[in-house]
Amino acid sequence: MQELNGEKTSKAKKERIPMPEQPAEERRKNFNEVALGYTKEDALAEASRCLSCKEPKCVEGCPVNVDIPGFIKLICEEDFSGAIEKIKGTNALPAICGRVCPQETQCEALCVLGKKGQSVAIGRLERFCADYEHQQGVKVPEIPELTGKKVAVVGSGPAGLTAAADLVKMGHKVTVFESLHKAGGVLSYGIPEFRLPKEIVRQEVKYIKQLGVEFKLNYIIGRIKTLDELCDEFDAVFMGTGAGLPSFMGIPGENFNGVYSANEFLTRVNLMKAYDPEYDTRVRLGKHVVVVGGGNVAMDAARSALRLGAEEVSIVYRRGEEEMPARREEIEHAKEEGITFRLLTNPVRILGDEKFNATAVECIKMELGEPDKSGRRSPVPVEGSEFTIPADVVVIAIGTSPNPMIFKGSEGLDQNKKGTVVADEETGATSKCGVFAGGDVVTGAATVISAMGAGKKAAKAIDEYLKEQ
Amino acid sequence: MAYKILKKEEIAPSVHRMVIDAPDVAKAAKAGQFIILRIDEKGERIPLTIADFDKEKGTVTIIFQEMGKTTKQLAKFSAGEFLEDFVGPLGTPADVRKLGTVILVGGGIGVAPLYPQAKAYSKVGNKVISIIGARNKDLLILEEEMKDASSELYIATDDGSKGHHGFVTNIMKQILDSGEKVARVVIIGPPIMMKVGAGVASPYDVEILVSLNSIMVDGTGMCGGCRVTVDGKTRFTCVDGPEFDARKVDFVQLMNRLAMYRGEEAKAAEKYEEECRCGLH
Repeated sequence: MQELNGEKTSKAKKERIPMPEQPAEERRKNFNEVALGYTKEDALAEASRCLSCKEPKCVEGCPVNVDIPGFIKLICEEDFSGAIEKIKGTNALPAICGRVCPQETQCEALCVLGKKGQSVAIGRLERFCADYEHQQGVKVPEIPELTGKKVAVVGSGPAGLTAAADLVKMGHKVTVFESLHKAGGVLSYGIPEFRLPKEIVRQEVKYIKQLGVEFKLNYIIGRIKTLDELCDEFDAVFMGTGAGLPSFMGIPGENFNGVYSANEFLTRVNLMKAYDPEYDTRVRLGKHVVVVGGGNVAMDAARSALRLGAEEVSIVYRRGEEEMPARREEIEHAKEEGITFRLLTNPVRILGDEKFNATAVECIKMELGEPDKSGRRSPVPVEGSEFTIPADVVVIAIGTSPNPMIFKGSEGLDQNKKGTVVADEETGATSKCGVFAGGDVVTGAATVISAMGAGKKAAKAIDEYLKEQ
Repeated sequence: MAYKILKKEEIAPSVHRMVIDAPDVAKAAKAGQFIILRIDEKGERIPLTIADFDKEKGTVTIIFQEMGKTTKQLAKFSAGEFLEDFVGPLGTPADVRKLGTVILVGGGIGVAPLYPQAKAYSKVGNKVISIIGARNKDLLILEEEMKDASSELYIATDDGSKGHHGFVTNIMKQILDSGEKVARVVIIGPPIMMKVGAGVASPYDVEILVSLNSIMVDGTGMCGGCRVTVDGKTRFTCVDGPEFDARKVDFVQLMNRLAMYRGEEAKAAEKYEEECRCGLH
């Protein structure tokens, strides 16, 4: 009997505890969170799978080096407060990371268990701890004595929030400047409610405020003040301004009504809550929606359009599914919800009616040729394969680049050809003295966690820089 | 954040002037720029041009006409009350330089953004000929202010109730025909008026600028909703504009894009008015 149990346990241990989710049929009609979160029992069972490796590989895979075996051990001991404290030692935004980090390519990808079976569900456990803390009431750590140094953080997205939290904990006075009316950057305007509830973002921002960080909203650097002026007023500046400028395809018909950048579509839906009739902001509700692109933003836009009531939503992507930059989980979720994937397909023009409304997207079939610079096989059009897809709403989700506004009045700040800021990978130091940068403004559009990692490294470098002053 | 309304007055039927306490915006504001405001948490972000600013007092003046739900709601606010959000200055400032003689043409509510430009062009030593118009004399705004800020002021009304009986562009044409050397014409008003005005001025050897008021969300280049075709290229009104070379603007596209939410807007305004009648607001 005992043996049988043992066998059962060992088999169970190979497979991770599934995440409770809203069924696809239900969730495609609402904006509530898809993943419901582990129960205490789920978390304990999943945590017990961790082997507590002496030399944990998972930590190396984490851009902010969370002590993963450490916090999982505390979960096993049912010390959830201890676990969240352990996480927060290095990660100021665990409720967010637990939800939107691509763990499968980071910590979980290096988990030893993953070699033969399924890796430990680290992200789900992180989220469990963060949500547990929110239920219990968040503890605010004591802040060391003030150093007398002032740091300006431009942008309140993941990079800025992380840098601000770390810098204030080091005793510096931190002011965050945000151009929108809400803090959070892409966490507020970009990632949808069903993936990252805005209440979570609000709580995490509140925590950073409680640490003593001052937020100046509706404050545009590049318009109200220049970067140069900030340099005069503050001892150091961190730029976490992201990649906010949407790219368009440059094809005919792109300015027809009903054609949106993913930024606009998602901002209307997420930040301005256009899905809620109580709110004044509108978004065109499409019957047939085409989303162009293969990243997480494309998945977010497609799934949002579905929830707004579209009859059919297609993702049009010029390469194959293998090449899609979106997280596997997002692609699976989108498929489950009934999004049509039109792969190896590229739009060539958008058609419209006499009232200037988009009616269809003309596409061409593609085939994969030789690998390009990024290592992905580059798609080439198949001659004569044009066809049209009806579409009254088209969302262009093919990427973004840094907003050039910030560079007005930023003497001596070097940029790359693509408009990104040149910054040291380890420190975030830029060519401009006292100015550090990190996140999408340096890398171009990437992930929340890589921006956080950059914010963290820059905070450390800024602290060292200030000590030398 | 909250921004206090210091003064509010109805300067023409359904046209209101508000002075807002917004020192950061006032300090940085320049002629030709705009702001975006949001009334409350559930409100939409609407762009409004800056009609005046006082850097010392830290105030920004806006002028708006009751059109949709938000402007109708805004009209109900009084001095002493607060707006949830007020962000700016947005847009590239008007290219104000000493050029010689400049004609400023404003129609309807478009006279509001013209006023800071009139002051700015005069200040740097231009001869400023302003032409302002409206459907009738009651709807004419900022007559005194424009008179003070300009070297010459002409008035036109569609119904002839004041000044020239006809369009502002008729007067503009007369001046251009008079042989006076004019370096630049700036036209601000409803898109159709700017289109017609640009057409009238085009044959003359004169620079023509218009200031566009596209639909936008953030006003910082992030959404691209305000895109407009200028010289065959897509530009963003919020950051590349709002001022553009009138000869190169695709006005038909602009007007079509402005109509994008017209149906929904009308419904929302109607619903709001109905609720007002029922005493809900």
